Amino acid sequence: MDAADSTKPKVSPLYDPKVRGIAYQVALCALIGVLVYGAISNAIENLTRAKIASGFGFWTTTAGFDINQTLIEYSNISTYGRAFWVGLLNTLLVAALGIVFATILGFAIGIARLSRNWLLARMAGVYVEVIRNIPLLLQLLFWYNAVLKALPEQLQESFIIPGGGFLNRRGLFLPQPVFGNGSGIAFVALILGIVAAIIFRIRIKRRHEQTGVRAPVFAIVLALVVVPPLVALALAGFPIDFIYPYPGRFNIQGGIEILPEFMALLFGLVIYTAAFIAEVVRAGLFAVSRGQTEAAYSLGLPTGPTLRLVVIPQAMRVIIPPLTSQYLNLTKNSSLAVAIGYPDLVQIFTGTVLNQTGQAVEVVTLTMAVYLTISLVTSLLMNLYDRRVALVER
Amino acid sequence: MARVMTRIALAAVLSAIASAATAQTLNTIKTRGVLNCGANGTLAGFGAPDAQGRWTGLDVDFCRAIAAAIFNDANKVKFVPLSSKDRFTALQTGEVDVLVRNTTWTSSRDTTLGLNFTGVNFYDHQAFMVRKALQVKSALELNDAAICVQQGTTTELNLADYFRARKMKLKTVTFASADEAIKAYDSKRCDGYTTDASGIRSEMRKLVNPDEHVILDDVVSKEPLGPAVRQGDDQWFDIVKWVHFAMLTAEEFGVTKANVDEQLKSDIPDLKRLLGSEGKHGEALGLTNDWAYRIIKQVGNYGEVFERNVGQGSPLKLPRGYNALWSKGGLQYAPPIR
Repeated sequence: MDAADSTKPKVSPLYDPKVRGIAYQVALCALIGVLVYGAISNAIENLTRAKIASGFGFWTTTAGFDINQTLIEYSNISTYGRAFWVGLLNTLLVAALGIVFATILGFAIGIARLSRNWLLARMAGVYVEVIRNIPLLLQLLFWYNAVLKALPEQLQESFIIPGGGFLNRRGLFLPQPVFGNGSGIAFVALILGIVAAIIFRIRIKRRHEQTGVRAPVFAIVLALVVVPPLVALALAGFPIDFIYPYPGRFNIQGGIEILPEFMALLFGLVIYTAAFIAEVVRAGLFAVSRGQTEAAYSLGLPTGPTLRLVVIPQAMRVIIPPLTSQYLNLTKNSSLAVAIGYPDLVQIFTGTVLNQTGQAVEVVTLTMAVYLTISLVTSLLMNLYDRRVALVER
Repeated sequence: MARVMTRIALAAVLSAIASAATAQTLNTIKTRGVLNCGANGTLAGFGAPDAQGRWTGLDVDFCRAIAAAIFNDANKVKFVPLSSKDRFTALQTGEVDVLVRNTTWTSSRDTTLGLNFTGVNFYDHQAFMVRKALQVKSALELNDAAICVQQGTTTELNLADYFRARKMKLKTVTFASADEAIKAYDSKRCDGYTTDASGIRSEMRKLVNPDEHVILDDVVSKEPLGPAVRQGDDQWFDIVKWVHFAMLTAEEFGVTKANVDEQLKSDIPDLKRLLGSEGKHGEALGLTNDWAYRIIKQVGNYGEVFERNVGQGSPLKLPRGYNALWSKGGLQYAPPIR
């Protein structure tokens, strides 16, 4: 018996809240474990009894179907596993671009909604209310059909984009750059330029903090990034060629092809998510005390810098957590691609692959695991950023 | 789409929790009092509700024939409309007892998918449809064309094979349902549309101007379409298989919906065995001996069902072709009932 026991009244372990707490948790974990084990073994038993193939043996089997947008090498003699990666990359592509554009548009509209310009504020308000209250699937179908119907159907009538591009019902076709000999130097110059710009920016910031002297950071950084590669290219005699698209028998041939399904999906996701981001931004801006703006004005800061340097940095602390969940929503919503024929992970993998192999359990489980991973990684990155901008208590 | 995802998720959960009834399908159906039939739902001529909401089609009548054989009531069928993408999951998990949905019989579906095809109720082939304005005479001229296709079909694979074998390039645009695919083709997203020839005939009627389109003569692949059941229940497999054979035998001996009662008096031994006045062939299947009589009386023989749904009595006007009886130069052949 030690000292602690002598000060407390003696309780039977049966009534000790600590022991009880542990016991409950152990029991709960055991129960969940039994349920999970039961479900898995039952599934395996049922699959075996129904003589349905199981396991991931199909991963290395030839897929045999075509995919019309592939970021990596893929043909119909590639494997199901390869098709999975093609689908995953297509999902990530539309999600990443969607997040970037939705953020820009959402911030613009969120700020516009608080504008003193009556018309601008009302228009932003109408945008948010209309877009937020219509189901995304309907919007996607609308954009897909609107995009298709609005574009010229005949090859000869295609909109010609200056610089050698075409736009018609089959998609957007752009010249494809081909880098010849000597463009490697330009690439190296670009990387060196970026490194120089980063070093320069750190230096200038330090000088600003120590002496208060400001420098035209943006112009110099831009010059450091853009000028060296251009000079390098000029020295090498501009070794970049373009493959220009040209009208063929049925379609535009050559160049970079951007599918109308991709455009419609990206458009729909950006417009829809931007409405929610706008509300998040508005809430964040409201959360910054009015006194902060007034203090900035009284120090003589104009409206722009007040917003940029005083209000938004403080609003970000409120904005980031709900913004994260909007990013997650956008990524998950990209699976609605299946409705308009964009080959994303769900369309390729839980669509064609599931049907051809018949292995629903494996395919669905893997797809869920992928979305879970994407979401958790996005949350992690956003939390790291949140920690950086969080209010540091002094 | 949400519905499709729910169904897939449900299927995954079901196969994990429920213990699927693999054997004794017939008893389950009898206890339930209704046959669950996986049907197409949007393919006129094979499986789709008509203007009055009544299900009609070649595949639909096949399910009615099974119901007639079991319950002596061809209307005791619940039709479950399935997309080509989730049809197998629905059958595997027991959501439907039999899948009669213009489904191509392939070796992998017969094995790794855990299914058994009971026969072929429609011999078909895959074909291409293009706009007349393109002036394409053969599928061989379709190099670099964009083709709209439905997902989760043998069509999708045959299309890739066809172009690969001929070293031609293509741009496939894949849609989850036939309706979406044909709509995209109609709005000129694609140069061509491909599926089974019978399917094209049926889908064509949904186009804005069907006259502006033409079906190319090229035969892309063999497409034997037939009913499928789960593996592991031989009795049920036999019943579904013999329902088809009974309908073929009836046509072969000239027994029709109209004259079946007269034919009961016939002295021909084959007819006596078919209609159940001789032998115990129905009971051997787990049914009653007048099982085939019920089918013919309530649904009709194979020829009647064919003409009514896809043949001359229908808007599709498909010729019998390979689907004629073996005795008339076709491939439909039933083993003897004895």
